[in-house]
Amino acid sequence: MSGPCSDPMQPRPFRITKVRKELSDTVTMDLEPVDGGAFAYLPGQFNMLYVFGTGEVPISISGDPAEGSRLVHTIRAVGAVSGALCSVKKGGVVGVRGPYGMPWPVEVGHGHDLVFVAGGVGLAPLRPAIYQAMHDRAKFGRVVVLYGARTPDDILFRKEVEQWRSRFDLEVAVTVDRAVGDWNGNVGVVTKLIERAGFDPTSTVSFVCGPEVMMRFAAQSLQKRGVPAEGIYLSMERNMKCGCGLCGHCQWGPHFVCKDGPVFRYDRIASMLTVREL
Amino acid sequence: MTEGAVQLDEAGLDGLIQALRRKGRRVIGPKWADDAIVNDEISGVADLPAGWGDELEGGRYRLVRRDDGALFGYTLTAQGWKRVLHPPAVTLFSAAKTADGYALTPAAAEPAPMAFLGVRACEIAAIAAQVQVFETDPGHQARRNAALIIAVECGRAGATCFCASMGTGPAVTGGYDIKLVELEGRRFIAQAGSAAGAEILAELNAPAAAAVSQNPAMGRLMAAETARSLSEFAEHPRWDEVAKRCLACGNCTMVCPTCFCTTVEDQTSLTGDTASRVRRWDSCFSVEFSYIHGGAVRTQGRSRYRQWITHKLSSWHTQFGRSGCTGCGRCIVWCPVGIDITEEVRAIDATREGR
Repeated sequence: MSGPCSDPMQPRPFRITKVRKELSDTVTMDLEPVDGGAFAYLPGQFNMLYVFGTGEVPISISGDPAEGSRLVHTIRAVGAVSGALCSVKKGGVVGVRGPYGMPWPVEVGHGHDLVFVAGGVGLAPLRPAIYQAMHDRAKFGRVVVLYGARTPDDILFRKEVEQWRSRFDLEVAVTVDRAVGDWNGNVGVVTKLIERAGFDPTSTVSFVCGPEVMMRFAAQSLQKRGVPAEGIYLSMERNMKCGCGLCGHCQWGPHFVCKDGPVFRYDRIASMLTVREL
Repeated sequence: MTEGAVQLDEAGLDGLIQALRRKGRRVIGPKWADDAIVNDEISGVADLPAGWGDELEGGRYRLVRRDDGALFGYTLTAQGWKRVLHPPAVTLFSAAKTADGYALTPAAAEPAPMAFLGVRACEIAAIAAQVQVFETDPGHQARRNAALIIAVECGRAGATCFCASMGTGPAVTGGYDIKLVELEGRRFIAQAGSAAGAEILAELNAPAAAAVSQNPAMGRLMAAETARSLSEFAEHPRWDEVAKRCLACGNCTMVCPTCFCTTVEDQTSLTGDTASRVRRWDSCFSVEFSYIHGGAVRTQGRSRYRQWITHKLSSWHTQFGRSGCTGCGRCIVWCPVGIDITEEVRAIDATREGR
């Protein structure tokens, strides 16, 4: 027996070594296995995070896959379990099952321009792939990060995004739905950034993560620019209780989002995205 | 291992049950309980539902007396072997708070050896289908491996049966340790299908007999071609029509021998020092089933019925290379409003709209 499903329902205890408040409702935490072992994963994969006595939720990994045993999760408090997760303090222990799911196929972008399109907290599951692209920077053409947030206060990893923007080998554009305060940047939906970003559509691989409706429109905008559907990847979200294809909850058409996804190639799912309540 | 059939009379069948029990196996078989035939632990032939038959219709299940005293004269037990192999509630682990976190105690105990008596052909297919679904679940595999399958071929088909359309029955052709065919006068022809089955039959010192098979005809048909391609009919108007009748109660998913969906419940002691996780059957007919923050994906009855039947008959092929339906007809029988899975497919087959 090998792989994450050899004992599929037993969470492995991880200690929280650092907690950073990102936004009013979002934290990023570093975790290390209590047993001291390693934790290997690929960008775009997720874990089931267990809070003692409260429950378990699927959360994407937001750290750098090249970093040994340090596991990083960015969590938005939207329900009972994610809320409880966000309130666990440094030194606390949570359970981890995973990693699960199909990753962003970063290597598919070798020799091409790489365009990341993120909406809201959707930047978190993309960040490991952005890190990997920066590690292997020479293997790609242009690397573009297009990010849309609701307001300037909702910009995730703000300092880091600003650092990315200062690099000469990354093109970063940020837009907000509503400008508040002293915002002088772009206002509008993220698809507007796609329309004018500098990349070669005929040689582009794009990774898109955000609310489902945003991903649908982003994929359409990318296609309108000329990016082939086979070059676009989305990360889907569905209810998950197990993470490994046993509980049935995440089914979407013939797919188990947990193990066939969450990352899907757009041309394989485009027709399903337009069916209501599938 | 198809040669060497033997004949058993009623005492011989009891001898088989006792031989299984002597080997430390809990024998689970059909019993009369609360005006239904259910699977439960049995200690001998006397526990079997002698002389009981059943009448099965859409939304209707009635036991009736038979005049031949047959021991396996009913069509199907109300629920299948899922209750044993994929129990309605399974504790996954318990956990206790410690000074610097918590300690987990895995709940999985080795299942005790069992023997299932009275397994029908469609049920053998259902057991195999769930073994495939739970390929990576060691608990499920352990329960399955702990069970010996004593199949009993169907002497007649129920009015809601359509296993012939699904290619799972009615003849028992494999997947058993011992196969029984009930003849008149509570006599049985027993045939081994595995080394374990052959070993037990050899112990009975029963007289040799020619192997037989029964193949009762059935009236109900599934439009198999359309069933398989249901995922192409996501916008068919029939979904709105069936939603008017469907109560979204989830009975069909509970009695379906292949429906496998589960949820988990977390429980804590009042002091908060100990906790446990319990996995429970869930149903795609509930609104919460598809909940993600912001709301459920499938809010309407039409989408939930469509999900159930499309997954069962169509997506299952993509996922597991076979249909998820064995043609047992339990979903028809136990639907409180008598929705008939074969009729719903026929309605779509008739128009083939909504692609």
